[in-house]
Amino acid sequence: MTEKPIQPKKEEKAPASGQIRQALLVPALAVLTGLIIGAIIIIITNEKAATAYGNFFGDPLAALFASWEAVATAYGSLLVGSFGDPGKIINGLGILFSTGDSSKFIRALYPLSESLVTATPYIFAGLSVALGFRAGLFNVGAEGQLFIGTLASAFVGYSLVGLPWFIHLPLAILAGALGGALWGAIPGYLKAKTGAHEVVNTIMMNWIAFRLSDWLLNGPMKAPGFRPITPQIETSAELPRFFADPLRINWGFILALLAAYGVYWLLFKTTIGFEIRSVGLNPDAARYSGMSIVRNTVLVMALSGALSGLAGTAHVLGVDRWVGQGFSAGYGFDAIALALLGNSHPLGVVLAALLFGTLRSGATRMQSMAGIPIDIISIIQGLVIIFVAAPAIIRWLYRLRNIKSDTTVMVRGWGK
Amino acid sequence: MKKIFAFLSLLVVASMLLTACGGTTSSAFKVGQVTDLGGIDDKSFNASAWLGVENAQKELGVTGKYLESQGQSDYAKNIQQFLDEDTNLIVTVGFLLGVDTAKAALANPETKFAIVDYAYPDCWPGAAVGKDCGSDKEIANVLGLTFQTDQAAFLAGYLAAGMTKTGKVATYGGLNIPTVTIFMKGFEAGVKYYNQQKGTNVEVLGWNTAAADGVFAGNFESTDDGRSLAESFVQEGADIILPVAGPVGLGSAAVCKETGNCLVIGVDADWYETAAEYKDVVLTSVLKKINVAVYDAVKRAKDGTFKGGVATYTIKDGGVDIAPYHDFDSKVSAELKAEVEAAKKALIDGSLTVDGVLAK
Repeated sequence: MTEKPIQPKKEEKAPASGQIRQALLVPALAVLTGLIIGAIIIIITNEKAATAYGNFFGDPLAALFASWEAVATAYGSLLVGSFGDPGKIINGLGILFSTGDSSKFIRALYPLSESLVTATPYIFAGLSVALGFRAGLFNVGAEGQLFIGTLASAFVGYSLVGLPWFIHLPLAILAGALGGALWGAIPGYLKAKTGAHEVVNTIMMNWIAFRLSDWLLNGPMKAPGFRPITPQIETSAELPRFFADPLRINWGFILALLAAYGVYWLLFKTTIGFEIRSVGLNPDAARYSGMSIVRNTVLVMALSGALSGLAGTAHVLGVDRWVGQGFSAGYGFDAIALALLGNSHPLGVVLAALLFGTLRSGATRMQSMAGIPIDIISIIQGLVIIFVAAPAIIRWLYRLRNIKSDTTVMVRGWGK
Repeated sequence: MKKIFAFLSLLVVASMLLTACGGTTSSAFKVGQVTDLGGIDDKSFNASAWLGVENAQKELGVTGKYLESQGQSDYAKNIQQFLDEDTNLIVTVGFLLGVDTAKAALANPETKFAIVDYAYPDCWPGAAVGKDCGSDKEIANVLGLTFQTDQAAFLAGYLAAGMTKTGKVATYGGLNIPTVTIFMKGFEAGVKYYNQQKGTNVEVLGWNTAAADGVFAGNFESTDDGRSLAESFVQEGADIILPVAGPVGLGSAAVCKETGNCLVIGVDADWYETAAEYKDVVLTSVLKKINVAVYDAVKRAKDGTFKGGVATYTIKDGGVDIAPYHDFDSKVSAELKAEVEAAKKALIDGSLTVDGVLAK
C-alpha cells in the first residue's frame, strides 16, 4: 500500500426496518413460490392424484384431497427430515426431565444435526462466492478450490502422526485454507495482470482440480487396499463432534458462523473491505482514488478460494474424515446460488445456507417416505434462484410496489 | 402485505399439522437400497441392483425403496434413514459403502444387510477397524455379493480370439481395482486358451495379468476417454474391445459404430438391449447379474435362510454369463459356438479354470 487509502466513512447506516423487510421480502417470497411450484410438480407426478384428477368432474373433492395428501406427505416428511419428529423430541424431553437420561432427546435431534452438517460447507462456499461478487468477481471455481483445499487438509490430517491436537488441527485447517487460496489466487492473478476473464479461468481450474484429485486418489494419496480413497485422518486432526454417533454435528458449524462474521467484519468494518467493495462498485473510480486493482483482485480471489477450501476442510475434518472422488455433493456449484439468494451479504448467505442445508437434508426422508426423487429439491432451488435473480416476477406475482434498493453489484462484464 | 404475512403464518401452522400425520406403519417385509454416487438410473450396477429389488417386490411381496447418495457423507445418512424406518434388509451398492455398511451392521445386529461387490473381512495388517476398513472378521448379519466375472469374461475372450481378423484384441478398465481387473484377467485367459487350443497367436492389448497392470481410463464417466482409447487401440491394430468402465465404454462403442473398424463386448448388462443404439457393433456382453444376486438376498432374508458371509456368483449358477450373440448369431461359426459352449461346460464342471490357463 503506497498511497493512503480513503477511510471508510460511516456510510453503513443501520437500514430502516422497512428496508430490512424489503431486503428479506423478495427472497422469502421466492422461497415460498418455489415451494408452491414444487408442490404442483409433486401433484402432477403423483399417480393417485393424477387418477383422481381424471375424474375431477365426477368427484372434485377426491382430487383435491389426493393433491393435499401428496403434498402433505412430501413436505411433511421433508420437515420431519429437516428438523426432527416433534413426537420423538417431546418424548425425549419427557425422559430427560423424568430420568435425567438425555440420550433419547439427543437422538431425536438427529435430523436437525444433519441439516446443520449439510449447511456447514454451504456457509463457507456461499461466503466464498459472495466475497467475489462484492469485488465484482464471479468465482465459478469454488468447487475446484474446495477439492484442492480438502485434499491439502486431508494430507496434513493423515500424514502427520503424533502431534497434539492443538497443533495438528490448526495445521490441517490452515492447509485447507491455503490450498483453496492458491487455487483461487491463480485466476485472480491472471485476471489482474492479463485481463483473462475469471469465469473462464475458474472453470478451467475446476477441471484441473478434478483431474488432479483423480490422479492423487489413485496414486500418491491412495490408502492401502484397492479403493481409490485417502487414508483416514489422524484423530488429532479431527474437528470434534458434539454428540455420540449417529449425530455428526461438529465444530465445523461454529467455525462457519465465525467465518461469516469474519467476512462481515472484513467487508464492512475495515479499510480493505471498503476497497474491495469500491473496486466492485466502480473499478475506475477506485483506481482513480489510488486503490490497487491488481492487489485487490488477487487478494479477493485468494480469500474467496480460502473460504472454499475451508468448506471442504470443515467437512472432511468434521464429518467424513477421508476423501474419495465423491467427496463433494456439488457444494461449490450450489454456492453460486447461495450467494445470489443471500444478496452477497454474510448474514444472507448464512440464512440461505441454512435453508439449502435443511432442504437437502430433509430430502432424504422425503425420498424414502414419499417416494419423491431427491431431484425435486434441485428444482425448488433452481426456481428460488430464478425468482431471486428476476425479482420483477415476484413483484408482479405478489403486486409489490417497485422499491429502489441498494442492489449489490454482482459482476462486471467481459473485458474492462 | 398483511395478507402475505397472514398466508405465511397459515402455511407454518399447516406444515406443523402435516408433520403430525406423517409416518405410516406397515408390516410388510421392507427392503431398502442405498445407491452409490452414480444414482439409480446409471444403467450399471445401481440400476441392476434395483432391478433385483423390483423383481422381489413383484414376486415376493416385499416393499422396496431406494435412497440415492449424492456425496460420500450420504452413505451413512441413507443407511441411518432405513434403520430408523425398521427396514428388514438394507442393500448397499459398491465398495465405497464398505466401512459404513459394516459399522451400521455391527451396531444393528437385528437388521440384515447385503453389499454388492464387497465382502468381509476387509482389513489388512495395521488397518484401523471401523475407520480404514469395516471388519476384521465375517459379520453375521451381512452378506457380501461377489461375482466370478472372470469366468464369463473368459468365454468372451475365447470368442473374441476366434472372431478377430487382425489377430489383436483389446481391453481397458475404469480404475485398477479388483472388481474391474477380474474381467480383464478372464478376457486375457480366454484368449490365451484359444491360442493354446489352436496354436494361434492372438494378442491382448491393455492388460497383462502377470504384470497386474494395463490401460485404465481413470474414471467411470467420460465417454470421451472411451472414444480416444478405442481410437488408439484400433490404431494399434485391435478390432475387438472389451471396455470395463461403465458408461466410458459407450464412447468406444460409438467409435466402432462410426468407423466400422471394431466391435465391442459389453459388460454388466446385455448392451444389445441396454445400449441398443450400438447394437450392430456389440458382439456379445459379459453379464454380471447383480439383479439375480440381490433378488436372492431378499428371498433368503424373507424366508429366514439368510446367513452372513459371502455369496459368490459363478458361471455354474448363472450369476455370470455371456449374452446371446443376437445379430452376430449368423456371423459366429457353428464350430466356434460349439467351442465356447464346451469351454463353458468345462468351466462349470471345474476341469478348466481361469488361473489354470494363465499359469500354463
